[in-house]
Amino acid sequence: MLITNIGLAGNPNVGKSTVFNALTGLKQHTGNWPGKTVVHATGKYTYKDQTFSVTDLPGTYSLTTNSQEEEIAREFILEHDFDVIVIVVDATCMERNLNLVLQIIEAFSNSVVCINLLDEAKKKKIEIDQEALSELLGVPVVGIVARSKINLDKLKEQIYLSANSNEPIVRKKINLSEEETTKTINRAKNIYRKCVKVKKQNYDALDRRLDNIVTSKKFGFTIMMLLLSLIFWITLIGANYPSDLIFNFLFWLQDVLFGAMTKIGVPAIIIDISLYGVYQTLAWVVSVMLPPMAIFFPLFTLLEDFGYLPRVAFNMDKFFQKACAHGKQALTMCMGFGCNACAIIGCRIIESPREKLIAILTNNFVPCNGRFPTLIAIISMFFAGMTLSPLNNIISVIILTSVIIFGIIITLLVSRILSNTILKGLPSSFALELPPYRRPQIGQVIIRSILDRTIFVLGRAIIVAAPAGFVIWIFANIEIGNSSIISICTDFLDPFAKLIGLDGVILLAFILGFPANEIVLPIVIMIYLATGTMIELDIPQLKTLLVDNGWTITTAVCTMLFCLLHFPCGTTCLTIKKETQSWKWTGLAFLIPTMTGFIVCFIVAQTLNLILSYL
Amino acid sequence: MENNILSLDKLLIGKKAIVRALVAEGLERRRLLDLGLVQGTPVEALHVSPTGDPIAYSIMGAVIALRSNDASKVIVQNLS
Repeated sequence: MLITNIGLAGNPNVGKSTVFNALTGLKQHTGNWPGKTVVHATGKYTYKDQTFSVTDLPGTYSLTTNSQEEEIAREFILEHDFDVIVIVVDATCMERNLNLVLQIIEAFSNSVVCINLLDEAKKKKIEIDQEALSELLGVPVVGIVARSKINLDKLKEQIYLSANSNEPIVRKKINLSEEETTKTINRAKNIYRKCVKVKKQNYDALDRRLDNIVTSKKFGFTIMMLLLSLIFWITLIGANYPSDLIFNFLFWLQDVLFGAMTKIGVPAIIIDISLYGVYQTLAWVVSVMLPPMAIFFPLFTLLEDFGYLPRVAFNMDKFFQKACAHGKQALTMCMGFGCNACAIIGCRIIESPREKLIAILTNNFVPCNGRFPTLIAIISMFFAGMTLSPLNNIISVIILTSVIIFGIIITLLVSRILSNTILKGLPSSFALELPPYRRPQIGQVIIRSILDRTIFVLGRAIIVAAPAGFVIWIFANIEIGNSSIISICTDFLDPFAKLIGLDGVILLAFILGFPANEIVLPIVIMIYLATGTMIELDIPQLKTLLVDNGWTITTAVCTMLFCLLHFPCGTTCLTIKKETQSWKWTGLAFLIPTMTGFIVCFIVAQTLNLILSYL
Repeated sequence: MENNILSLDKLLIGKKAIVRALVAEGLERRRLLDLGLVQGTPVEALHVSPTGDPIAYSIMGAVIALRSNDASKVIVQNLS
């Protein structure tokens, strides 16, 4: 059967991904900041017995080669075999959007303009004469509300009609001369004047008022801190209950499984490997790591969907200027909270290659979702107790926020050092859009991202944590001479690890955690358990286990610091290799954070030990 | 009337102006043009970052933040 190829183009922040999801029924996360659709998604739908394949192109402001994303979009539009290109525009931001619309129509004749967010426009009393617009542009125009699927059928019908029209498709390289650019922009202004009526003078008054507060000298930074702390606080409080519940359930299940396996006569060694190796590692990952991940992620997504993150970049930009780095690095750092590998791809929004590399090399100083729970667990064990009292939680939040701020300071420092050494240069010009605020679809975001996260973590646990548990059990139980392989490894690492405030087990866990950061703490626990005696365990008694194995305040601090400052995980390293096309930069992306971690942990450990010896 | 000509970074918050010329070259000029900063485009200074730089402007219906280093290369005429 013949498949009709549809390209979905548009500025960032116009709800392109929502249109994509509405058309194809795929659930792709929609972001409110540039750079979300970096890996172009494709999806299919059928309309009137015809199959349509939709490619979601990166959001761009123009087709002239500025960033990698614009290059990708332009190449796709000119060279990919599209039958129809749907240009999505934001009804509340038509004037700006029309520039790209005109460029695309010039490059590709068989286009359809899809005006999204008509409901928001109505709220802001913006009226769009779609007929006149269609006439002036010379292409069909369809107005929709992708979120609530209003007029979606109309859009599908128009795509169908355009795909089956007999007019030949004209593809043309666009003229990029200054004269032509100016002409296009003036045309956009003219068309806008003729087709769009703004009935309410200050249609964006609310956005401006909100921006006046969140970017003000008085409250800008305070609000940033408070929002970050609030998210941490909800994560800490929210994670405690499910953690205990899941833990109790899984370890109850372990006993049941043990009983059942013994009963049917499974050999003891198989029971040992599968239960005390594989199963228990999985159980630790799911009970300790999953709850904070599943809570933090949707909260951060809400902030992102609301449109707050570009404001963070706006407030923080001066610091990045001083580090000779790109202002959008703040955005890629925010993405790092979710996943460093995704953030590395997100660095494509940075146009200048030098600044993009700086952002890539320093991204790992933001703890991703998989490292976050390690920090939370250590803080609640060693600095605030495992109780749920509000005061303890506030202390935890303050410590956690300080760790994050420390990571940001290190990012800026290292960026500065890179700008003065191997990546010399001045900051390039850039423009940061502060898009209109949008009410996030709260229920949907929370439910979907909790589910997504849970499935993601469970999947990774099975792929990575289970084999790791297997290996650890084997290593802990095979003896060479008089000691197990694990103790040979940890004894070997121990002297060096002690210098930086860790011990051999922790360092080994970080090394074994290379495939996925969320297994580091579970591995530490497993090794201690495998080499020590089994005790009755529950989460509050984790601390006892660690302290029995020699953990002090210094160990806790240094483990947290090393968690923040060490090599990127395997997936991130592969992504860096892919994005930079260079082993040299991948190597540096590995070495820079690791060396930073060694140096910082060494200084902290030695200082703390000195202070503690005087107390 | 000559007093009304200034670079965009000097435009006070809440003031409106019209773009008269760009003094940037090369890629930087291209980027500014792509934002819609061509001769005759109205702009308005909206917000200033807590640290004083960058400043957010209303350009063709969008809110765009520019560093003063870039904004200084856009020559505008104050509409007062």
